[in-house]
Amino acid sequence: MRYRLRLTLRYDFARPTGAGRQLLRICPTTIPAIQSVERCEVEITPAPVERGTFADFFGTEVIQLVLPAGMTSLSFEMTGQVTRHGIDSVLDLSAPLPRLAPELAEIADLGRHSPHHFLRPSPRIAPEPDIAAFAARATAGAPTARAATERLGLALHEVMRFDASATQVDTPIAEAFRHRHGVCQDFSQIMIAGLRALGIPAGYVSGFLRTQPPPGRPRLEGADAMHAWVRAWTGIEAGWTEYDPTNACFVSADHVVIGYGRDYSDTAPITGSLRLSGSQIGSHGVDIAEIG
Amino acid sequence: MPGDVRIDGLNGAGRGLYRALPGLPDEMVDAEGAIRPLWRRLAGHIGALDAEALTRDLARADRYLLDSGVFFRQYGAGQSTERTWPLSHIPVLLSEADWAQISAALIQRADLLESVMADLYGPNDLVASGRLPAQLVAGNREWLRPMVGVRPRSGHYLHFLAFELGRGPRGNWWVLADRAQAPSGAGYALENRVATARALGEVYGQENVHRLAGFFRDFRDALLAQAGRGGGRVAILSPGPMNETYFEHAYIARYLGITLVEGGDLAVAGDRLTVRTVSGMRPVEVLWRRLDSSYADPLELDPASRIGTPGMVATLRAGQVTMVNQIGSGVLETRALMAFLPKLARDLTGTPLAMPNIATWWCGDASARAAVLDAPDRMFLSDALATAMPFDRNADQIRASDLAPRALAARLAARGSDLVAQEAVTLSTTPALVEGRLVPRPMSMRVYLARTEQGWTAMPGGFARIGASEDASAIAMQQGGSAADVWVISPEPVAAVTLSRPARADRPRRTPGALPARAADNLFWLGRYVERAETIVRLMRAYHGRLAEGDATSDALRAAATPLFRLMGLAADKGIPQALLDNLAAAIASAGAVRDRFSPDAWLALHDLDRSARRMALRVTPGDDAARALSALLRKLAGISGLVHENMYRFTGWHFLSIGRLHERAMGISAALAVLADPDAPEGALDLAIDMADSVLTHRRRFATATTRETVLDLLALDGLNPRALRHQIDGLRDQIDALPAANDHGALSPLARAVLRLHAEIATAEPEALTTAALWSMRSRIAALSDLLTTDYFH
Repeated sequence: MRYRLRLTLRYDFARPTGAGRQLLRICPTTIPAIQSVERCEVEITPAPVERGTFADFFGTEVIQLVLPAGMTSLSFEMTGQVTRHGIDSVLDLSAPLPRLAPELAEIADLGRHSPHHFLRPSPRIAPEPDIAAFAARATAGAPTARAATERLGLALHEVMRFDASATQVDTPIAEAFRHRHGVCQDFSQIMIAGLRALGIPAGYVSGFLRTQPPPGRPRLEGADAMHAWVRAWTGIEAGWTEYDPTNACFVSADHVVIGYGRDYSDTAPITGSLRLSGSQIGSHGVDIAEIG
Repeated sequence: MPGDVRIDGLNGAGRGLYRALPGLPDEMVDAEGAIRPLWRRLAGHIGALDAEALTRDLARADRYLLDSGVFFRQYGAGQSTERTWPLSHIPVLLSEADWAQISAALIQRADLLESVMADLYGPNDLVASGRLPAQLVAGNREWLRPMVGVRPRSGHYLHFLAFELGRGPRGNWWVLADRAQAPSGAGYALENRVATARALGEVYGQENVHRLAGFFRDFRDALLAQAGRGGGRVAILSPGPMNETYFEHAYIARYLGITLVEGGDLAVAGDRLTVRTVSGMRPVEVLWRRLDSSYADPLELDPASRIGTPGMVATLRAGQVTMVNQIGSGVLETRALMAFLPKLARDLTGTPLAMPNIATWWCGDASARAAVLDAPDRMFLSDALATAMPFDRNADQIRASDLAPRALAARLAARGSDLVAQEAVTLSTTPALVEGRLVPRPMSMRVYLARTEQGWTAMPGGFARIGASEDASAIAMQQGGSAADVWVISPEPVAAVTLSRPARADRPRRTPGALPARAADNLFWLGRYVERAETIVRLMRAYHGRLAEGDATSDALRAAATPLFRLMGLAADKGIPQALLDNLAAAIASAGAVRDRFSPDAWLALHDLDRSARRMALRVTPGDDAARALSALLRKLAGISGLVHENMYRFTGWHFLSIGRLHERAMGISAALAVLADPDAPEGALDLAIDMADSVLTHRRRFATATTRETVLDLLALDGLNPRALRHQIDGLRDQIDALPAANDHGALSPLARAVLRLHAEIATAEPEALTTAALWSMRSRIAALSDLLTTDYFH
């Protein structure tokens, strides 16, 4: 599937603002067997004083910039073209849950895709007993790690209400879960907490969802903004599986990846002093169209 | 009785009996109870002193520590307090031969840690080859992913390390903990040394004790050599005055002549690190980090950090800064790592560890779990990723045998890879003086290693921890332990060492670097607060003095002074107003933030003044009692001014301090004149003004006539020879501001310089009649504006 992407983020400031150093994570990266990025450009207005890029630990492309003083508005516009490869996995090759720990112990690797990064608590996902109990109930009797992932995702989708105005970017997962509401970030981080409690290494994926669904399929939740979902490590044989709890589906060719991380903090689209004044965000638009 | 030692000469006082604890090696006496040869002179010296002489000698050390303001910060329930340094006066003695073995073993260990660090932040072969479990690294909060793949600019990750050592039951040394994050205490070792040498000067002079200065000199030179490459400077990065060991950061900065900075003083421009100074941004190339890694950069590390520098990691990635130690070094303090270091030493260096570390088992291994189950009474269980030292009591640390065998087995099976077991530590004992008696106390020793141009070098002695009781776990200073000097004694005379080297042609004399903006800001406000305190004291003294005379005009007097009281927020019914105490507290806070640049004598004098003022505030009554108390405070204030102004090197920092003082005095006198010399002011107001400005005698001498508005304005506003006159302050401000960086760039004046010049021209040409009340208020608001201009130009 080939997509043309466009993301616009616009900030308006009541007073002229000097925003200093920022890190942007809004460009998709080429990931072998998953997607290849043909083009990605980011236009920043006003022009930054300094600009550079580097790849972070998890392989995400990071734009590092210093913004000028005295801005009254600021916009980022990303345009790109990506081919996303479909994933057709019908076979469940994942390990039974009790096998997961011994298989994990066999992995002697600290590379960016090693499951070891994704089991321990991370900056925004601490162990939450309520979520752990929920996950245990939802997945009782699941024969494999993949089945457990799906059951937990379905259960969360069942009880959680999608509400774009109920939570903030820094709402703790325990609070979002207590109220059973939130956006894709909350759905995903709660699911990660549940999976880790089950002993399944799980990470956060940020990205985009195609805006218009293929004919005959419903429009997915979160398609008009940046999206997030979950990856779960289900054993040596099956490796990583991606699941979208906001839409209760395994991820396939409708999802375009920007980057992976342990939780939101590793993949935040903007890091730096601007994030603190996130309430001033003026508009946030995404357009992902399939092209020939 | 075996193990008892009678020290000659001490029998009478009952202090002669020194009994080592059963089953534990003692530093001073051997297994038979005989004093070891190395200790004979010291033991003999102490034994020969009577109780009075001993008390007197030890008091010299305490006096020194008090006078130099050595303190550390102790954390208690919800608050922290400054505590004086708890010195244990009896040093620990080591022979030069023993020392050589210790330092060789630790140099081997330092090299091993460097290799481990290089691998963890580089190829990760140790995990890939199965030598280290992946989860110890991946789940570790101190393994900082943004630093993976970042090569250190100097070629080395580690430059300064500390090792906590203890002596095991068989008398051999072992490593209790590795300190690689940002080891503290080296500065305190220097203070231990100076204080101990004061108390035991005679023995210290007779023994050939290795000096500590050479270690610091070599390390300083190594830091400077690293900076030499790009013209940037060396700085010490501190978390700031609220940190436990801030005193030490300031002390070392002053001792080595290195700039002390906080995260907020630094900024990243391009990929270079710079420090904000009063002369603009200046490059920094070498940073001795006394801040935990994750706080260093809120952008790429802990976003909650308020004490870091956004972009710091980017400068390291670009290879622009040598960080001592490289960010991420805290991972080496992971307790479970000690289970693997013995084998890693053999694998990586081909030789076993010359000094073992305490026996440690990572319970992710089946064999380790079996070992714990086998001897649970000898083991402590704790979090595998903990970094605290074994005796820093933390809640998660339990004796394995405190759990029922079945519960222990279940916990090990369920959470083995999260747990580490360590053999219970026993330490040797060393003599400490407790209530006039020498008693054995557990001891651990901290040894510092620094990387120099010639490789690792160890600080010869300096720092031991002494337990507060016979319990070896109460050794941490937060729990009442104390610190002692360590003497490494040579059979030969040792060379005296000083910090300065003979001049070398390739090392020109260093000129002081540009002043960090934060330091300038604090010095300016220190000047202002101290001067404002003085203004308050002078006004209150004049007021209470007159009140005490009890004349009928006291109502008029009150009416005259009220507008001034209101302006300064003073309550007239108090002898010592709260505003004075607030000002002194603010002055102490400002001085505390620039302790690396502030005279220790003045620091103590300031605290002394503060204590006196607070004591007086409790009991002083208005009138004569208050006037006398305020006179005493005024004398103390004069002492502080003398200590600060007569002893401070006339460089940029002094200018800012002086500007603060002149500025505040100008504000005070202009307000006093506008209120008290107003044509409508009540009778007696003019006399109050003259009294407040300490100019009664001069006025009498200069003007034979009665006091009039004109004579007062002449003397207190326009007289350039009167050090309390407004004119004198403006003269001073003009000179001081002119000397600031960039104030006068070949005739192009800064807005600040222009503003003060205008004020100066105005007052230099004014006649007393022209100084109406409105003119005085106007002038005062323009003086106030100088402070804003200064802030904009120099402190941002």
